[in-house]
Amino acid sequence: MKFRDEYRDPEAARRFAAAIARTATRPWTLMEVCGGQTHAIVRYGIDELLPAGITLVHGPGCPVCVTPVDYVDKAIEIADRPGTILASFGDMLRVPGSNGDLFAAKSRGADIRVVYSPLDALTIARANPDREVVFFAVGFETTAPANAMAVYRARREGSRNFSMLASHILVPPAMRSILSLPTNKIQGFLAAGHVCTIMGFEEYVPLASQFRVPIVVTGFEPLDILEGVYLCVRQLEAGRAEVENQYSRSVRRDGNQPAQKIMREVFRVVRRRWRGIGEIEESGLGLAEAYRDLDAETRFGLVVSREERQSDCISGLVLCGERKPPECPAFGTRCTPEHPLGVTMVSSEGACAAYYRYRGVPVAEAAE
Amino acid sequence: MCLAVPGKILAIAGEDPIMRVARVDFGGIVKEINLAYTPEAEIGAYVLVHVGFAISVLDEEEAGRVFEHLRVIGEIEAELGVKVRQ
Repeated sequence: MKFRDEYRDPEAARRFAAAIARTATRPWTLMEVCGGQTHAIVRYGIDELLPAGITLVHGPGCPVCVTPVDYVDKAIEIADRPGTILASFGDMLRVPGSNGDLFAAKSRGADIRVVYSPLDALTIARANPDREVVFFAVGFETTAPANAMAVYRARREGSRNFSMLASHILVPPAMRSILSLPTNKIQGFLAAGHVCTIMGFEEYVPLASQFRVPIVVTGFEPLDILEGVYLCVRQLEAGRAEVENQYSRSVRRDGNQPAQKIMREVFRVVRRRWRGIGEIEESGLGLAEAYRDLDAETRFGLVVSREERQSDCISGLVLCGERKPPECPAFGTRCTPEHPLGVTMVSSEGACAAYYRYRGVPVAEAAE
Repeated sequence: MCLAVPGKILAIAGEDPIMRVARVDFGGIVKEINLAYTPEAEIGAYVLVHVGFAISVLDEEEAGRVFEHLRVIGEIEAELGVKVRQ
């Protein structure tokens, strides 16, 4: 398919890798922010193509992974109520709450529907006027405009039985939080290309200059990621710390203005707790005051903050890039996608699931 | 979660900017996609689609930049190679 296959050319990938090897004169540690990028890196063995000194650490960019346990518990509580339908993206069903997951709730009779688009949840609400339909909305800036549109249209249609449990999160505050850790070892970022398709990249400029890190807005195909690494290493070698845009076929400086307009209309910025990471100021989106009546927390009670249960799962460290999945003693043994101990093994974009599924697939075979 | 897939617009319907939809071809699979966030999208263009919404119109010119970049890197190398041999 056009705009995809050409960016998977193994020969071009090798040439980029060779250019990176010639450019790098010392070791550098980069973080790819988005789980979709992690998935591609592990699937195509991009990290194995890179020279030994270049380390890619996997970032927190998997919204399913960082959705806090208290929101999962609230979703299960709502789903268990008679007369309600809970709709969400498929990945959310296996995310462990403090006592079971949505999949278990579904198997004991709760009406839980997996939807492809948030608008599908609104369609379900229209078809079931006598039941409450709650959309469990997770996602980064990429998904926020789609979710916002479901709420916006529900209001416009005068829907009385649709509401949203909103657990949205924002990328730049998490990057700031990682850079502020005393143990931080990240020297450059591959920023998330689809998040920036919506938001543009102006908000990364202060991060790059304050923390002296290059930030390269990067796409998701193998050649995108390799070019992102190349541009990042070239900046580091030259002592520069700027924001660059590798993914210019989709990302414009100001992002997607119509999408940002609806986001501002429907959402407000809130403090949010990230699973495995902790609370981060102004790192989430909740429904704006004017849409409070469409907020599932208004209809079904506020989400009660719960402490995460401690286990030997190291997903919190994996999410911050402090550890890699194979360093966990439970990886692939007691913890698998069928029986996950932690969220990074649940979501297909979680680093642990990506390592479990793909580790060892060479780039040439996978790309052909 | 942030997965977005490129597809080609075959047809567009709807006047209301919020409700405007396209039939988009993803390598043989055709789906109805909301165009509320890409008012500039036209038939024949490629859009990047995420959870049923087009989030950008892909820029054909910019799309070739990565290969242009690779060509320039190659030329610089060739030149350096000549210098090394001299």
